[in-house]
Amino acid sequence: MSSKRPQPYFSRSQVTLVRGLWMVVTAILAFMTLFPLLWMVSIAFKPAAESFSSNLIPQSPTLDNFIYVLTAVPFVRYMANSFVVSATVTIVALFFHTMAGYALARLRFPGREVLFLSIFSTFLVSLPVIIVPLFVIVKAMGMLNSYAGLIIPAIFNAFGIFLLRQYYLSLPKEIEEAARIDGAGYWRIYWSVILPLSRPIMSALAILFFLANWNSFLWPLTITSDPNLWVVQLGIANFKSQYSASWNYMMAASTIVAIPTLILFVIFQRQIMDSLKTSGLK
Amino acid sequence: MTTIAETAARRRHAGRTRLSARHREWIAGYLFVLPDALGLLVFLGVPMALSLLLSVFEVNGFGGYSFVGAKNYLRMWNDPLFWKGARVTALYAIMLVPLLYVCGLGLALLVQRTDRFNAVMRSMFFAPHMVSLVVVALVWQFMVVDKIGVVSRLTAALDIGGFSFLGDPNFALITIVLVSVWFLMGFYMLIFLGGLQDIPRQYYEAAMIDGAGPVARFWFITLPLLKPTSFFVVMVSMVAAVAGAQAFDIIYVMTKGGPANATSVLIVYIYQQAFGFGAFGYAAAMASILVVALMIVTAVFFALTRGGRFNHEQ
Repeated sequence: MSSKRPQPYFSRSQVTLVRGLWMVVTAILAFMTLFPLLWMVSIAFKPAAESFSSNLIPQSPTLDNFIYVLTAVPFVRYMANSFVVSATVTIVALFFHTMAGYALARLRFPGREVLFLSIFSTFLVSLPVIIVPLFVIVKAMGMLNSYAGLIIPAIFNAFGIFLLRQYYLSLPKEIEEAARIDGAGYWRIYWSVILPLSRPIMSALAILFFLANWNSFLWPLTITSDPNLWVVQLGIANFKSQYSASWNYMMAASTIVAIPTLILFVIFQRQIMDSLKTSGLK
Repeated sequence: MTTIAETAARRRHAGRTRLSARHREWIAGYLFVLPDALGLLVFLGVPMALSLLLSVFEVNGFGGYSFVGAKNYLRMWNDPLFWKGARVTALYAIMLVPLLYVCGLGLALLVQRTDRFNAVMRSMFFAPHMVSLVVVALVWQFMVVDKIGVVSRLTAALDIGGFSFLGDPNFALITIVLVSVWFLMGFYMLIFLGGLQDIPRQYYEAAMIDGAGPVARFWFITLPLLKPTSFFVVMVSMVAAVAGAQAFDIIYVMTKGGPANATSVLIVYIYQQAFGFGAFGYAAAMASILVVALMIVTAVFFALTRGGRFNHEQ
């Protein structure tokens, strides 16, 4: 599909024209894709009277909406909850998944393939289909309305194990073998050889895990009814039911919730997109 | 003679140490996998099994369980709302999967060339996927508010308006599908870009020498060689659509299943039954049907990809 070299079908000027048009179309589509997010930010800065005017740039930008949202609703508390939950899940998940991924890729033990396939088979089980029995189990464990209930079940997912295993399969064996000849045990090899080597994929996964947990809604909705434990997504969904006509407040709240993830994305777009790109088949 | 005995002894010795080293490797392997295996078992495996078990029980208001046999399944069979939910779920998946495929592949082809311009474009197309579904749903709901939302006014100006995006049962599900596509297409664009990257350039060059135009090259090289990627995309998006992985959040915020149950996908109905009415047994029965459906899809997926390995290890 690329038109890098002169083709028999088109002359050089035609190629330039086609490429120019191509870029214009791409840019228009990209702008349309981004428009809802720009609109959200725009309304967040508009006074209530201007909410439904069609100008993208606010005529009289104001911070009132943000101030109202942050003072009338404990949004800071919600954000702190989200941060604690997401960060804890990310750290523990990375620790467990690197261990499992390393063993599944590198250590030989009976049942390894079966184990890997059973882990892989949970890849496609998504939370909604098991939400009812999962709730029953977590409730029986006494973790209803607790940070433990928010955090522990969110740690385990096959996606991270799978990606890490694939990554470890691609590492050269020699480094580990050198360590083993030096008399290092398996824990030592994992801790001082494998972990440092997995820094790039771990940072990519850390961002993905953090984002996924920051954005998750269904599980916190199910497991917490105590407003003190609400994460930010619950906070905003509840905010909607209280202020359903005040779109300027709602868009300000949405912006507050979305901005941390969008900033993370702008900083780490390379890592995020590369790691997701390889999550397909490679 | 002695040399032979020596070699034999050494071999035996070596054999023994290798065996014990192997045992150590076994133990290390099990211990390393243990935390994750245990966690997945408790929070994924057991729930799946429990789903089946719960479905033959009825839960009363005080949390007591009583065995009811196939009653929940009979109730399901006679529940028009269950069938409505199954139909809406199927409709959602049938609309979403092809649309996502076309949009994902289309965007990937659009920004396939690697240069700075396309890098920026890729990020712009992917950005919606970074925002939480709750926010996505809120923003879109705001944009399609009857008569005054920016999209509603646009469609009215183009003279294709007059309907309500979320209030009209004929359009509500389509709106939900379009919002899902907007959220997901950047992700599938990336998956397709990964697939396109793996197609050797020489194929295109050879085809160009033979005089194949862009359409022919797409049809005879890109599409056939993208087969594994396409397969992955269709399966993953299908499973996610049926399970309601994205649909739940969007629907919960935008319509709560309405109007007139037009967007009541199964998972929303199940959630209402369980956490709205406390009918855990009945909800579990419906969920177990969903689990079985997904297991069939996954089994087909496994059979066709030789255990989910694709071509990774050749």
